[in-house]
Amino acid sequence: MASPTYLNSTPTDLVRRKKRQSASSSAASSRRNNAASATAGDGDRWRSEKQQRNYSAKLIQALQQVRLSSSAAETPSPTAKKRGKAVREAADRALAVSARGRTLWSRAILANRIKLKFRKQKRPRPAAIPAVITTGSSSRRWKKQRVTVVKLNKKSIPTVNRKVRVLGRLVPGCKKESVPVILEEATDYIQALEMQVRAMKSLAELLSGSNSGSAPPPI
Amino acid sequence: MSSRRSRSSRQTGASMISEDQINDLVLQLHRLLPELGNNHRRSGKVSASKVLQETCTYIRNLNKEVDDLSERLSQLLESTDSAQAALIRSLLM
Repeated sequence: MASPTYLNSTPTDLVRRKKRQSASSSAASSRRNNAASATAGDGDRWRSEKQQRNYSAKLIQALQQVRLSSSAAETPSPTAKKRGKAVREAADRALAVSARGRTLWSRAILANRIKLKFRKQKRPRPAAIPAVITTGSSSRRWKKQRVTVVKLNKKSIPTVNRKVRVLGRLVPGCKKESVPVILEEATDYIQALEMQVRAMKSLAELLSGSNSGSAPPPI
Repeated sequence: MSSRRSRSSRQTGASMISEDQINDLVLQLHRLLPELGNNHRRSGKVSASKVLQETCTYIRNLNKEVDDLSERLSQLLESTDSAQAALIRSLLM
């Protein structure tokens, strides 16, 4: 496979820019980490550069497969929506794999993909309880931030329950879970989605920069 | 303290969960949310239902963003040739 000559000068530039990009994003995220999430040990999981690189690699592989399968076997003109949906599903799958099976939503995404109906009910319970205990022990540090939640009185509990149910429908696999499980899963899901957005955005920048033929825009 | 929480978390029925537990989780969620309107109201109290509302909105926004990015990526992948794609893959490994 002969590479075009115009690529000869850009590979090192791209490498340098990508490394600088990931370094600056990790520096920014570590600053954010120190400032805001002093206690969220799980949050660092989705914000580390290593995790982002891991996910980006999986994403690339998944997208390659999407491209190959769509060019080989698809209808002559697959709609943009269908292609976009295939990309979304591949990205979600890569995200779910990066979660290493520790969360409900990731297992639900993978189970839906394979279309098998076995639900691993035994594992979520012991996984949820230690997570809840760690949040309990670190609540002492949270009080320093001087933000407290208004006490749930008898009137607000049904409202809160209703909203938690709505939240449970948004997070994959949590439609029928209990309230603390839904809240825990939502926390992890949001951080994972944020990482997914960051990774896909930088990938799109990279691709659109190389497509135009000129060097990618400086960061 | 932790034993009390572990005991209460094992009784996973909807009404058996301690409020402290729920408050902690809601707080955790609140810290993740983008602080758009919260700068004005740093009174130190957040209402649980408001946090949940904003969480739902935020998740929906994130999902929409991922969908838009997916579409954009699918269009970009169509126009990228295989040599460039292999190059990018090698960059990220």
